[in-house]
Amino acid sequence: MKQDISKLLQKKKKQILEDWINNQLADATLREDLMSNDELREQSAELLDGLLKALTDKNFSDVESKEFEPVYEILAGISVSRAKQGFSPRETGIYVFSLKDALLKTLQTELKDDPSTLLDAMLKTNKLMDSMGILTFETYLKGREEIILRQTDEITEISTPVIRVWDGILALPIIGTLDSARTQVVMENLLQEIVASGSTIAILDISGVPAVDSLVAQHLIKTVAATRLMGAECIISGIRPEIAQTVVHLGIDLSSIVTKATLANALKHAFGILRLEVRKVQKEKIV
Amino acid sequence: MDRIPILRMGKFLLVTIQIDLYDRLATNLESDLVQMVNKTEAKGVLIDISALSIVDSFMGRILGNIGSMSKIMDAETVVVGMQPAVAITLIELGLELKGVHTALNVEKGMELLKEKIASDEEPPDETDEDSTE
Repeated sequence: MKQDISKLLQKKKKQILEDWINNQLADATLREDLMSNDELREQSAELLDGLLKALTDKNFSDVESKEFEPVYEILAGISVSRAKQGFSPRETGIYVFSLKDALLKTLQTELKDDPSTLLDAMLKTNKLMDSMGILTFETYLKGREEIILRQTDEITEISTPVIRVWDGILALPIIGTLDSARTQVVMENLLQEIVASGSTIAILDISGVPAVDSLVAQHLIKTVAATRLMGAECIISGIRPEIAQTVVHLGIDLSSIVTKATLANALKHAFGILRLEVRKVQKEKIV
Repeated sequence: MDRIPILRMGKFLLVTIQIDLYDRLATNLESDLVQMVNKTEAKGVLIDISALSIVDSFMGRILGNIGSMSKIMDAETVVVGMQPAVAITLIELGLELKGVHTALNVEKGMELLKEKIASDEEPPDETDEDSTE
């Protein structure tokens, strides 16, 4: 009589879990710094529990069957959390594939006397575990991508601060490459801040921009023109010699824009426009 | 028929646009304003568009036209209070409003106009008002 493989596996659940945990613990890449053994055991037990519960002889060969959905969910949760905790892809992969080893080992010992059933069961287990492995990597990558997206957002947020250097003077140091999306953010932030603070002069410092090509220059010109429309004046400062060279070689006309070498010079120019003066305090002479 | 009121204030004309402009209204404003500049011999036109939240290429052109027309009739135009979104839209449309001056708000716009008129009419005095602080 053909043995019920899923029942068999359920019966041997404890043994499988032990084997699996031992496999994981024996592996050289075990990350005790990221996850304690107790946590690991709990996580593994949950996944195995879900898997064996969903497993029946009918759906054994059908990896896309509905019964496996909760298992995949658990697995997805585990791999996303592993991605966030900083496990490497290899470590995450080994986690799932060591379960395969444990399952196969149990099958091997239990079905020693029935080679044809053993072969059948092993093939099916292989297939099932492979699909679980693929899913693990998929969700692992998704988790990583989420982290990258979040970081990109954060960088965009951080990298465009608008600073009030003086009453009526704003400074905006731009660090990193200017692309269309960032220019939009920079422009919006700057214009909003101009309205909020009632400033009449904005200094755009591009000493942190690694390279200026015709597109970046175009973005800069747009920003300056938009500030002018708002009724404020825009000064560009921090033009390094290499940037000056490329701008002229590309034939970009920046003559309509006030450009200064350094932020200090730009500030001085702004003071001039606002008719402000910075003076050294004269020491009072005792008569 | 809706009309945008044009107020006279000394040598200046004041236009505050409080509703969203539609094309007909804008062309009417253009012709009314030119007429008023002629009639009152105004030296400056101040257009407040702080309530204008939507702008298209036509509106941008009208604003530019008003500026150029006033210019050849010897009046300076200042557009004040432009919203950030409007400014970005105009730039993206390629309309830089070269002929008109701009200011952040009405107060600053008035200052700018007075300055322009003063520098037009008489050579600037050498006696600057001393700041006593």
